[in-house]
Amino acid sequence: MTRTIRIGNGQGFWGDSVDAPMRMVQGGPLDYLTLDYLAEVTMSIMQRQKMKSPDKGYASDFVRFIDRILPDLVKRGVKVIANAGGVNPKACQQAIVNSVRRHGISGMKIAIVHGDNIMDRLDEFRERGEHLANMDTGESLFAKPREILSANVYMPTQPMVDALATGAQIVITGRGTDPGLVLAPIMYEFGWSTPDQLALGTIAGHILECGAQSTGGNFTRWREVPDMDDLGYPIAEVSEEGRVTITKHEATGGMVTVDTVSEQLLYEMGDPKNYITPDCVADFTSIQLSPSGQDRVTVTGVKGQPHTPFLKVSISYLDGYKATGQLTISGPDAYEKAQKCADIVWRRLKRAGFTYEDTLTEYLGVGVCHEGIVPQATSAPEVVLRLAVKDHNRDAVDRFGQEIAPLVTSGPPGVTGFAGGRPKPQEIVAYWPALIRRELIESHVDVVEV
Amino acid sequence: MKRISLASFCHARSGDKGDGSNVGLIAYTHAGYDIIQSQVTAERVKQHFHAICRGPVDRYEVPNLLALNFILHDSLGGGGSQSVKTDAQGKTHGMGILSMNVEVPDDFEGL
Repeated sequence: MTRTIRIGNGQGFWGDSVDAPMRMVQGGPLDYLTLDYLAEVTMSIMQRQKMKSPDKGYASDFVRFIDRILPDLVKRGVKVIANAGGVNPKACQQAIVNSVRRHGISGMKIAIVHGDNIMDRLDEFRERGEHLANMDTGESLFAKPREILSANVYMPTQPMVDALATGAQIVITGRGTDPGLVLAPIMYEFGWSTPDQLALGTIAGHILECGAQSTGGNFTRWREVPDMDDLGYPIAEVSEEGRVTITKHEATGGMVTVDTVSEQLLYEMGDPKNYITPDCVADFTSIQLSPSGQDRVTVTGVKGQPHTPFLKVSISYLDGYKATGQLTISGPDAYEKAQKCADIVWRRLKRAGFTYEDTLTEYLGVGVCHEGIVPQATSAPEVVLRLAVKDHNRDAVDRFGQEIAPLVTSGPPGVTGFAGGRPKPQEIVAYWPALIRRELIESHVDVVEV
Repeated sequence: MKRISLASFCHARSGDKGDGSNVGLIAYTHAGYDIIQSQVTAERVKQHFHAICRGPVDRYEVPNLLALNFILHDSLGGGGSQSVKTDAQGKTHGMGILSMNVEVPDDFEGL
């Protein structure tokens, strides 16, 4: 009989549902739970946390979740693979070890994969003559001084496989690819290694990586989605000989159809023939989707090419400050009064001697998201005026924040909705995508047995 | 011939891609795919999003999913984390493309 494993995703991003991973473990049969906590911006936030406190810099939500779910993990034998390590996998591992000990559990292994964080190796690369050139502009990272906040390599999936091979029940990584969280257990269980196999596992991972976006969340025909308040998160059923079926636990809301899965496949897609990962180059134009039962879609036909000689690096750096503020303007003549309010703010700032590298004026309710596509609702009964500035001068951005509230009493009538205090300057974190030769990056697996 | 909106025979999803967005447009039927394949050109998409997309538009065909994928360069007001726009990640661009009108035969059935 062919062996089949069930891999679920219970977290599509940091801030996703806190109950979804619980229900993924408790709601039906499951072998592996994958959890994605890292967005590009997350790495820079975590790096800041680690600088302030050396035992921080990982997804603390993950530790709270593990603490809640540990008895079920032991009872059901579910393995967990999460990129919750952020910029400090070691500290995350220690927090999990502490939790396991508190529960009085023994014999459990917790592994981490690291080597992705190259923040401390940038000088070394510069000395070696590496440029870490920006993939979009070609400029060298070292061409001018920059306040770099984080630098992480999107790691290949093999180290996660090595971590599973230690017998670990919980595998914690730093920066890897999101699909790699799903590909890793497939490679570990079935030894998949050809480009076509790696591409199939990668595509299964792509379908799962954004949580409910493949099970009815964000679906165009939202009215048809049953029990959206109770969406089941996606599960890939993978058989040893290469059959991948996308489904969800029984008795959950949402739906898995060719349409919901197709939408997720197109999400954040670039060139569909060349979906480049550290493991392979997947061809999305080879994918065949077919319904195979209630809430079941089977993925076949996937073709792939071998991986490239490079790994992608995501570097974040400080690129000035931004602030946004908003007010609500009631009718009559809401839109006209909102335009007047915006004009007043920009004139007052100019009179006070402040100009900005970039400003933004939005009239929410009139037609911002689809500007130029749908007619403007200029007779809207009320309008939210949203103003924003960007500048490298923090004081100028701070001054903008002081100019919103006065409008309530010194502008046109019927202005309200100023709450939450003055808008504060926030750092603008910019991204520097680069490539690095694979041989320059080493991965490490450390395992602790409790 | 008659004019109908893409919303009547397609679905869509969008997200951020660097300083731009990607818009996946998916037809429900092969007949529908033939219509979008021939009429929803990169130029039409650029014109449709003229107030949002400041850069060029790339177009890719994904016939196996009855889909087209568009990259709308410079459509977020800076990259996803740098933008101050409400829709800094292009999440609404997918719904935006569905209001485009195309010409179809009178007996066209796209669902």
